[in-house]
Amino acid sequence: MSAAAQGLRERLTGRRRGPGSRAVLPFLAIFAAFVLIALLAPLIAPNDPNSQNLMGRLKAPGVTARNITYWLGSDELGRDLVSRLIWGARISLSVAVLSVALSGVVGTVLGMAAATARGWVETVIMRLVDVFLSIPAVLLAIITVAVLGPGFTNVVIVLALTRWPRYARVAYGQTLSVANMPYVRLARFMGASMPRILFIHILPNIIGAITVVATLEFGLMVLFEAGLSFLGLGVQPPTASWGAMLSVGRNYVGSAWWISAFPGLCLFLLVLSVNLIGDHLRDRLDPKSR
Amino acid sequence: MSDPAAPVLSVRDLVTRIGGNAVVDGVSFDVAPGEVVALVGESGSGKSLTALSVMGLLPAAARAAAGSVRLEGEELLSAPERRLRRIRGQSLSMIFQEPVASLNPLMRVGEQVAESLVVHGRAGRAEAQARAVEMLARVGIPDPAARARQYPAELSGGMCQRVMIACALISEPRLLIADEPTTALDVTIQAQILTLMKRLRADFGTAILIITHDMGVVADIADRVCVMYGGRIVETGTAEEIFARPSHPYTRLLLSTIPRLSGARKELLRSIEGSVPDVSDWPEGCRFRSRCPLAQEDCAQVPPHVPVAGQPGHTAACLHLERIGEMT
Ligand SMILES: Nc1ncnc2c1ncn2[C@@H]1O[C@H](COP(=O)(O)OP(=O)(O)OP(=O)(O)O)[C@@H](O)[C@H]1O
Ligand code: SF4
Ligand SMILES: [Mg+2]
Repeated sequence: MSAAAQGLRERLTGRRRGPGSRAVLPFLAIFAAFVLIALLAPLIAPNDPNSQNLMGRLKAPGVTARNITYWLGSDELGRDLVSRLIWGARISLSVAVLSVALSGVVGTVLGMAAATARGWVETVIMRLVDVFLSIPAVLLAIITVAVLGPGFTNVVIVLALTRWPRYARVAYGQTLSVANMPYVRLARFMGASMPRILFIHILPNIIGAITVVATLEFGLMVLFEAGLSFLGLGVQPPTASWGAMLSVGRNYVGSAWWISAFPGLCLFLLVLSVNLIGDHLRDRLDPKSR
Repeated sequence: MSDPAAPVLSVRDLVTRIGGNAVVDGVSFDVAPGEVVALVGESGSGKSLTALSVMGLLPAAARAAAGSVRLEGEELLSAPERRLRRIRGQSLSMIFQEPVASLNPLMRVGEQVAESLVVHGRAGRAEAQARAVEMLARVGIPDPAARARQYPAELSGGMCQRVMIACALISEPRLLIADEPTTALDVTIQAQILTLMKRLRADFGTAILIITHDMGVVADIADRVCVMYGGRIVETGTAEEIFARPSHPYTRLLLSTIPRLSGARKELLRSIEGSVPDVSDWPEGCRFRSRCPLAQEDCAQVPPHVPVAGQPGHTAACLHLERIGEMT
């Protein structure tokens, strides 16, 4: 069997020989844990993440004050860090999921449209992609959020707005190459309509590459959300967000290291696991990178 | 159309241009119902572009500039795209050279075979599936019901070509155009596919226009042969005639390239010196002039097709047919 056929078979059956497959399992577990924590936040958070306790300010991990045990310490307003971290996971993941979904759909549709329509539609969309990609993404995000104002919805919109070109470029290139495959030419020849060609013949064959981009973008979106919140441009207090917690904790690194250390660790673990899963997926789905 | 002997496909004086060059230059031929016509010639002689012109699938750079292509009497060159879409996948089908790449890797084999029925709304999903399985059986795929649920990657190259043939024939077309259908396959599979095509031709009465550079394939399957060189047909006749009395110097040379049974296939076409020049370098007059062993000064005129002595339907475009005996 040819290498390409071999790759396809692996992709279809989900089987793959050699190392790498197993190494990703712990990271899948970490990621799954974060997802579970975020989903079950109301059930598993030991305390109200926003309830302040002036007698329990800046308590070290493990200390008990007023019948509350602060397993990971408390912050400058006496709020339980464990609970805030758990609710923070919810914010991180939901911003990432929503912005990836929005930018992914918008980018894929525009990329496929550019590749199919050609002509001026193609020119306009792809020049726009070039322009967007030439502006540093963080800068673009900060500027637009400054204009639109902070908050959960705006952060999602801004992230989608800044990131769709990545998907558009991949969808565009992939569509062009798949559209030239004999099976697509044949489908067109046999009289298949444009929507049928796009959704039945092209989309399933490019979705793998787009998924890879989406996973890698996912980690980035977690970081972007944290970054915006760190700057005070993201989700607004008192809502718990890892980035905002880091930002506050910065003022107390000398006396209460835990306030910034734990959100930092969470961010690190989440982004690391997502990126490693993304790399693994890319190796599996994208034959070119092998 | 009601005349049973009227040709399914009739191509007249077809000219197809890329840039300023006529890559297909005044090609005329007919395909009768149920007949197998082979277009043969070396690489670059314009066979594929002739077929693509017939199907209206020319690459963006190329344009059918003159002539006429009639399918069952209906002019295709000026037909609107909507009409062409209906004709293809109903009365006209094709199979490509690359059987594996011609199948969508992520679509089940059965669905692909059923595609043209579904696309044209000629059968419901369930009925189309049933007919696809039946079609897979007819192209000799064992356990067709199970195969129909598999993906192309699970099939061998020869199997894929059978599936392609099933895709092309499920609409029971009047004409099947096959561009090098066996080139990508190994020799034993090639023979099986040709046998299958012959049988299906008999079963369905489908006329076949087959494109190949392999004279062995021609000998195996063709009723009639059109030999192409430099974008023109240089000789045409029944397969028997062409093999028994090749009259154009180019045909002679092509035939000398058929490998002996023991011969290595790699030797194919090696024995004609040089190769087809690039379109922009095609000489004036007889295009074969730059390589013809019999060429003379007067070959700078375009040779007309002349009947080869005493054989109806056998013509060759050479100014010095009488000297063919000088070639060994
Ligand atoms: N898309 C294209 N753009 C420019 N020139 C082309 C294009 N397609 C074909 N040609 C030229 O047209 C000529 C005839 O090509 P064609 O593909 O019809 O040859 P062929 O007889 O089918 O050869 P082969 O056996 O290699 O398939 C060649 O000289 C080729 O270089
Ligand atoms: S016309 Fe002249 S050059 Fe052409 S094939 Fe005949 S002899 Fe050769
Ligand atoms: Mg060709």
